[in-house]
Amino acid sequence: MPRINSPAELEEFRRAILSKRDDKRPCITLCSGSACHATGSEKVADAIMAELESHGLKDQVDVRRTGCHGFCEQGPILVVYPEGISYLKVKPEDVCEIVSHTFKEKKLVERLLYVDPNTGDKSSHEHDIPFYKNQQRLILGLNTKIDPKSLEDYLAVGGYQAMAKALLQMTPEQVIGEVKQAKLRGRGGAGFPSGTKWEFARNAPGDQKYVVVNCDEGDPGAYMDRALMEGNPFTVLEGLLIGAYAIGASEGYIYVRQEYPLAVDNLTVAIREAEEHGFLGKNILGSGFDFTVKVHRGAGAFICGEETSLLQSLEGKPGEPKPRPPFPAVRGLWGKPTNINNVETWANIPVIINKGAEYFSSIGTESSKGTKVFSLVGKVNNTGLVEVPMGMPLRDIIFKIGGGVPNGKKFKAVQTGGPSGGCIPEEYLDVKVDFDELMKMGAMMGSGGMIVMDEDTCLVDIARYFLEFLSDESCGKCVPCREGIRQMLKVMTAITQGKGKEGDIELLENMAMATQGAALCALGKTAPNPVLSTLKYFRHEYEAHIKEKRCPALSCKELIAFHIEPAKCKGCGSCLRKCPANAIEGGKKTIHVIDQEKCTKCGTCIEACPAAFQAISKLSGVPVPEPPAPSARALA
Amino acid sequence: MSEIVLQIDGKEVKAQEGMTIVEAAKTVGIEIPTLCHHEKLEPYGACRICTVEAESNGRKTLVAGCLYPVESGMVVQTKTEKLHSIRKVLVEQMLAHAPDAPQLVELAKEYGADKDRFDKDPSFCILCGLCVRYCAEVKQKHAIGYMDRGPRREISFIPDVAAKECWDCKECFPLCPTSALQAAYVLTEALLPEQPEEEADCSCSSGCCGG
Repeated sequence: MPRINSPAELEEFRRAILSKRDDKRPCITLCSGSACHATGSEKVADAIMAELESHGLKDQVDVRRTGCHGFCEQGPILVVYPEGISYLKVKPEDVCEIVSHTFKEKKLVERLLYVDPNTGDKSSHEHDIPFYKNQQRLILGLNTKIDPKSLEDYLAVGGYQAMAKALLQMTPEQVIGEVKQAKLRGRGGAGFPSGTKWEFARNAPGDQKYVVVNCDEGDPGAYMDRALMEGNPFTVLEGLLIGAYAIGASEGYIYVRQEYPLAVDNLTVAIREAEEHGFLGKNILGSGFDFTVKVHRGAGAFICGEETSLLQSLEGKPGEPKPRPPFPAVRGLWGKPTNINNVETWANIPVIINKGAEYFSSIGTESSKGTKVFSLVGKVNNTGLVEVPMGMPLRDIIFKIGGGVPNGKKFKAVQTGGPSGGCIPEEYLDVKVDFDELMKMGAMMGSGGMIVMDEDTCLVDIARYFLEFLSDESCGKCVPCREGIRQMLKVMTAITQGKGKEGDIELLENMAMATQGAALCALGKTAPNPVLSTLKYFRHEYEAHIKEKRCPALSCKELIAFHIEPAKCKGCGSCLRKCPANAIEGGKKTIHVIDQEKCTKCGTCIEACPAAFQAISKLSGVPVPEPPAPSARALA
Repeated sequence: MSEIVLQIDGKEVKAQEGMTIVEAAKTVGIEIPTLCHHEKLEPYGACRICTVEAESNGRKTLVAGCLYPVESGMVVQTKTEKLHSIRKVLVEQMLAHAPDAPQLVELAKEYGADKDRFDKDPSFCILCGLCVRYCAEVKQKHAIGYMDRGPRREISFIPDVAAKECWDCKECFPLCPTSALQAAYVLTEALLPEQPEEEADCSCSSGCCGG
């Protein structure tokens, strides 16, 4: 591996790579992110290699294993170049057809194309699929073009150009100025202006400074950081390098949670390649700037995403938050000025340096610039990673990109911002998604989790679930967080079990106020959000649980009962055979009856009952009707 | 150290740079309640009972008075309705663990806290960490530490260290704001020889019948 000592050598190296490449040469790219890995992309890759071999095409077709393409619902995703044909849900047995049809006969494999469930239209290219069409993939876009283990791939698409520009053509102050002018706000959650944060660290006295990447993503259902780190570790590294130069740091740490082994692997390769090429170490590109990076694997505690806890953890201490001030910018890692940013924040930096602050700040809203990656999950047709310009209405994200709610169910709410975010109801779906608008709604941007909920979801139970998560993940250092969440969870649990009392709502509000106001760190301060936001928009559901012992969404197990309507039951026995609790009595040509004592309310019977009959219903807040007497159960 | 001027509860206060709000308030006779604070120890900020309202640069925030440094021109309120009601809830939550702790009972009187508002869960420990920190920072023995996290967090003596260090010291006992007896109990428990495992009747491998 040649060491690259100047921007000119970098350019020469890049040209050499490009000259070896031919845009017209056939290439198969296969998404190998964690989601596609789980749905079998490994076996598809093996099949591709075997198939190409058997057709003698091995030397004529390139195969590239890329990071996450985002449309995880439809994985594994395979794209055939140069045409850019996108095949979804590819199985190993499909590979034979793809090779023979698409490569040899230049024909499409129709059944692997995306079909719009609403219109029936087929899309042969990624950019025609509604899921992608409405996105602006500034940060994620490169994921589909590069192998995360290949530095050459990254250089081929213009990688490390921003670093060369920053190091050789800009002063640290100019870099900070550019980031400030771009109005980039931290993507980790709070949305603090990144340039200002960098400036604090730059201006803090001290020779030794540090920069840190926060890849301790722990929100349920969120995987933006993982996809970026797995799919394009180079760009995070490049952003970090530029930041280090701007701040005056010579050492950096990448804190990756233990649960992301693929991210650690790809990152380790990226660092090694960068070291070998001289993009890390002494005198990078002959600029005189020295920088080294280490990867730290976090043991997987949600609280370690909080920056002061993360630093404690990096130092080898228990991950517990420290009071601020002093801020890490002044006294961070080992007491030295430290700048921490989230993965996505760092990944935005090369874009800003390459394309300029003006370009970047032309995207988004007045107060929030650029794009934001969301992980769109839950009761939505197209789950996956979505990158959109700030300011896109929630409705567009959920319905245009996400394809709406599956199975004809009604949309109920969307939870944004992770466990300590908030739930936004249907009437506010036109809110433009940016840091401040979400905050006004009682929700927040957080790191970008977005969980869609349908009519079957009980919002009281959802709030209880998030509190339970936060209670488990609280470090337990301060009273309002440890005791406040614990006591709120007790009350919420009682409510969902039908044991709620008059005055519980006021008690929750009182505790929420104390926890919000007095907790030591952001985990505690935001922990009451799930309760407060659901109380704000779904108070009637709390009241129904408490006063009528009724769960309006028919979801809370203690408050519901399953009932077979005698007039609809055809005595087919489907439910009886599937019931795991043996709670259903019946026989041939006999109306079936659920034994309420034995019923565990698992819902298997409803699923088992043929759609044509729909004889089983859920009840809440009303007594279960008496079943017909055994003598009256016979069907004609 | 330069002198700065700020305002606490409407009074003008001259304070030294680097002082905390609690310290500065004390100089003019304003007492802010504390539980986990100790002059000899590094500020910790666990009980949050010292929460006050601080306004500086036009931003009003709730901060822990025992560790927030004073700033020039800062306006601090220590006795608002909101603070009163926050402290009341915090005292009530701590009373669930130590219903008879004298300091808590005293605070309960002041803030009108109801010791029965929450179900009792008498651990007799509010995890203020005074014992842990005193042993680490002053005695530098690290004979006592925290175990687990969140609502399962508790303190425990480290048997090996405690066996050597604790009998002649016990300086952490009187620091405890809830019950010195609890400290004695926890210490004794840590030093008990390990119980031999009893013959288990059940067939499970986890030894659930051991005790």
